[in-house]
Amino acid sequence: MNTEGRPLSPHLTIYRWPITMTLSILHRMTGVALSIGLIAFVIWLAAIAFDAVPYDSVKAFMDSLPGQVMLFGWCLSFFFHLSNGVRHLIWDTGRLFEKSQANASSWFVIIATVVFTAAYWFMV
Amino acid sequence: MAEFTLPPNSRIKKGKHFSAGKVKGNVRQFVVYRYDPSSGDNPRMDTYEIDMDSCGPMVLDALIKIKNEIDPTLTFRRSCREGICGSCAMNVDGRNTLACTVPSDSIRGDVKIYPLPHMGIVKDLVPDLTNFYAQYASIKPWLQTRTPAPPDRERLQSKEDQEKIDDPAACILCACCSTSCPSYWWNSDRYLGPAALLAAYRWIVDSRDEATGERLDDLEDPFRLYRCHTIMNCTNTCPKNLNPAKAIAETKKMLAERRH
Repeated sequence: MNTEGRPLSPHLTIYRWPITMTLSILHRMTGVALSIGLIAFVIWLAAIAFDAVPYDSVKAFMDSLPGQVMLFGWCLSFFFHLSNGVRHLIWDTGRLFEKSQANASSWFVIIATVVFTAAYWFMV
Repeated sequence: MAEFTLPPNSRIKKGKHFSAGKVKGNVRQFVVYRYDPSSGDNPRMDTYEIDMDSCGPMVLDALIKIKNEIDPTLTFRRSCREGICGSCAMNVDGRNTLACTVPSDSIRGDVKIYPLPHMGIVKDLVPDLTNFYAQYASIKPWLQTRTPAPPDRERLQSKEDQEKIDDPAACILCACCSTSCPSYWWNSDRYLGPAALLAAYRWIVDSRDEATGERLDDLEDPFRLYRCHTIMNCTNTCPKNLNPAKAIAETKKMLAERRH
């Protein structure tokens, strides 16, 4: 039987994404964003260690609109990755695996992310 | 590396439209994935208008009506029509399920029907399940013992021990879960997938089985077991309401506890 030229059935584009799947890919994407953010964090620390002049230029960038957008993105990524990371730890103990629990905890992670980010951004 | 787009020979073209003709009223459109291996053409989506007043309630009834009355070339697997054989597993309205257990009424708009996702397609809604079955066979789905059976009776187990395998043993191997899993889409050559791992778990927790250690050894592998990232599509989609994700988590837990 010829199995070579068989077409591949569609997948990502036709699947109706459950919320758990969306959060899973977001977990990975925020992880990547945080790794990149770490480089910026190191640049910031190095600038402090060097002198006031490089620090001022880094700070000027952080205060600009693109800088603020990036900081907000990293802040959001951090709290999402943290909240969902806690859920992964609970999963590792074998809990929260019922369908209803997995879906409810997804919304809990989203709400926690929004609350933590808002609290951090507007209060600190 | 994961391939997110379909290869050129798999891209879906516009297909034919089969009108219900003069029938008015309760007409619905079923949009169905078609692939004819003898034509050499790409897959296409054919649209069938169906008079629901003369059609059974389930999506499978509509497919059978299409095959009997409109287009006899439509090909799909089906057998029991009551959710126990697992043959009519397909992607209906974006979810993997058994066409015989989904009422057409439960779907809004056009009913879109695709084969199970990310599989080689033999014809129309028939995927090639060779690899899926080979993975099931690889977990040795039978009782392995070293001690001889009691001479006068079966190997007995308590009611509680039986209850541990009630759920995982109810799997009908329809492949809905494995083909809903993105990890399985990108790594089905090395990752066993939720169905095979649920079956593995069923034998690991069986109180009569004496190969628990070897079974766990076989799974301790970055790909075979640990490609599961708790995406939960398997548990969300299982038409028998089983929980492969939990079985996989319990297996990971046993492996972690075994190290101490």
